[in-house]
Amino acid sequence: MIFLKRQLPLVITFIMGVTFTLQYYIPHPVSEEAITNVAKWMQIISGFALFLGLASLFHVHAVKIKRQVPGWGYSLVLYAGMLGMIAVGFWSHGETRVDGAQTSFGWLYDYTMVPLQGTMFSILAFFIASAAYRAFRARSREASVLLASAVIVMMGRVPLGQFLVPWSWDVTQWLLNVLNSAVRRAILIGVSMGAVALSLKIILGIERSYLGGGRDQ
Amino acid sequence: MNVVAFLCLLFFSGVAFAAPPSLAPPEGFRVLDTPNDTGKSLSLVWKASPSDSKNRSIQVWAAESPHAAFKKVAEFPSNTRYVKAGDFPWWAQPAGKGEHYVKLSSSQAFPIEDGKSYAVKLLVRDGEQEAWSEIAEGRPAPNFFNTAQVNNLVFVLAFTGVLLASIAAARRNPHIYLRRIAGLDAVEEAIGRSTEMGRPILYLTGAGDMSEVPTIAATVILGEVAKKVAHYDTSLKVPHRDPIVMAVCQEIVKEAYVEAGRPDAYKEDSNFFITSDQFSYTAAVDGIMLREKPAANFFMGSYFAESLLLTETGASTGAIQIAGTDSDHQLPFFVTTCDYTLIGEELYAASAYLSREPVLVGTLRGQDFGKAFIMSVLVLGTALATIGVVAGTENFDYVLDFFKDFK
Repeated sequence: MIFLKRQLPLVITFIMGVTFTLQYYIPHPVSEEAITNVAKWMQIISGFALFLGLASLFHVHAVKIKRQVPGWGYSLVLYAGMLGMIAVGFWSHGETRVDGAQTSFGWLYDYTMVPLQGTMFSILAFFIASAAYRAFRARSREASVLLASAVIVMMGRVPLGQFLVPWSWDVTQWLLNVLNSAVRRAILIGVSMGAVALSLKIILGIERSYLGGGRDQ
Repeated sequence: MNVVAFLCLLFFSGVAFAAPPSLAPPEGFRVLDTPNDTGKSLSLVWKASPSDSKNRSIQVWAAESPHAAFKKVAEFPSNTRYVKAGDFPWWAQPAGKGEHYVKLSSSQAFPIEDGKSYAVKLLVRDGEQEAWSEIAEGRPAPNFFNTAQVNNLVFVLAFTGVLLASIAAARRNPHIYLRRIAGLDAVEEAIGRSTEMGRPILYLTGAGDMSEVPTIAATVILGEVAKKVAHYDTSLKVPHRDPIVMAVCQEIVKEAYVEAGRPDAYKEDSNFFITSDQFSYTAAVDGIMLREKPAANFFMGSYFAESLLLTETGASTGAIQIAGTDSDHQLPFFVTTCDYTLIGEELYAASAYLSREPVLVGTLRGQDFGKAFIMSVLVLGTALATIGVVAGTENFDYVLDFFKDFK
């Protein structure tokens, strides 16, 4: 049991990790075919794993409805929405359009999913405004520097700002290309080193907590 | 009079009968198997000419054999397609600097298969004049090793060696200094606060799947958080966007409860799937935040446009928020709306920092050696490139090429 839960996953991780690290350096078609096959397998596994997700979703909301916890009505809406969409999808044979005409599945997608997604995305504009208000309050020296540079960048990025403050464009470019780029690159170098180190730790079996439990069993 | 007429006749006849200088075909034309490829392309190389100009064009004609019908596959001005510094590393150059180089890739119009021989010739055109090169033949073949990336492989092996040496050193001397990371020190405080308030802890693992490093880092931190949650007997909620990540996290949380000596307190429903759709997931998590008002929110892993929608909602509920991401484009939103943010590499250092295991802490020292090396290369490379430009020499390219990324 320990072998199946511990050693075998570590052996598979090591073999696959080393193989696909080497794959990066091999341009041969055999190597390309291997990576394509693995990508296909990952898609297949993801497809089957969706059943796990659906089972979890149904279970969590079934419990809520059964126990009538506060807000259980939302769980009913979820059941109705999901089962309704699946039924309409089967009815329309999974097609959103047939001979140029919109099917009921297409209609549901275009007039419920798309507007709902658009609504969530558009809320972002208001959230950015409130977050910016909080960030730009000049409470400290650092926040004051942030506020000043943000005002300059905002002026330099819109035609009216450039008209009113002609030098704002050049200063904006300098802020973005020199200061901003330097900091971003420093972060990216750190991120890359961290990602490589974590990958090596996983491939070599040093970091194994993602398997669950402690590290040195 | 006769003399004048004779001279006129001589002069004008000279003008009328002098042929324009004949167009020379490209010199040194050869067809090579493209190095470091899949065997689906050919490399064409020929010498640069002083008469190359934008008005003079080069046409590439190819066929499956010298006797088959040739097909035009490319055309470009003759003063283009030179080999420039930085195109190839010095140890894997198919053509010399200043020579013309064209990679003829397989296409629908002219498919190229490995192991088959092809004939290629060039046509130089300048106005009405034309000149054909000799026919050159080449056979593409796939390669088992990309020699242009040998420097990359050397660095990977060297970095692996440094990491292993750092781990060995950490085993011998486990007292390694770690700088304070406020966001990780606050984990205990956040869990304690949730316990006092009797509210749950919300933990998100980001938008990525299990093949992404930030997601793995997020699941590793979840294990450490879950141990403390089990110890404090607080409620943990982990909504997921990916079913595989959910399955992995279920196992991690379960084992964490066992390790904390509280297997009875583990709830199977603490990890649950919502949807893989970005904004549907965001709406559902925002709903959880507003209805259940968790006292602590953790945002670990990679994020996209949903980051601000999640964290701003969390901030409005008064929860203590700790974020950790390598998505540099989302960092400003996290810094603005969260109490603590683990920036980039701090996310990957979190498991070592929280567990304090010498083996994991040792890898952080290895990373620091790697960063010191990169910083030295940046300084040295900038100095050499500047001196090279000022002195007008390309000799430093032999050193600089070693630190470039070639495909």
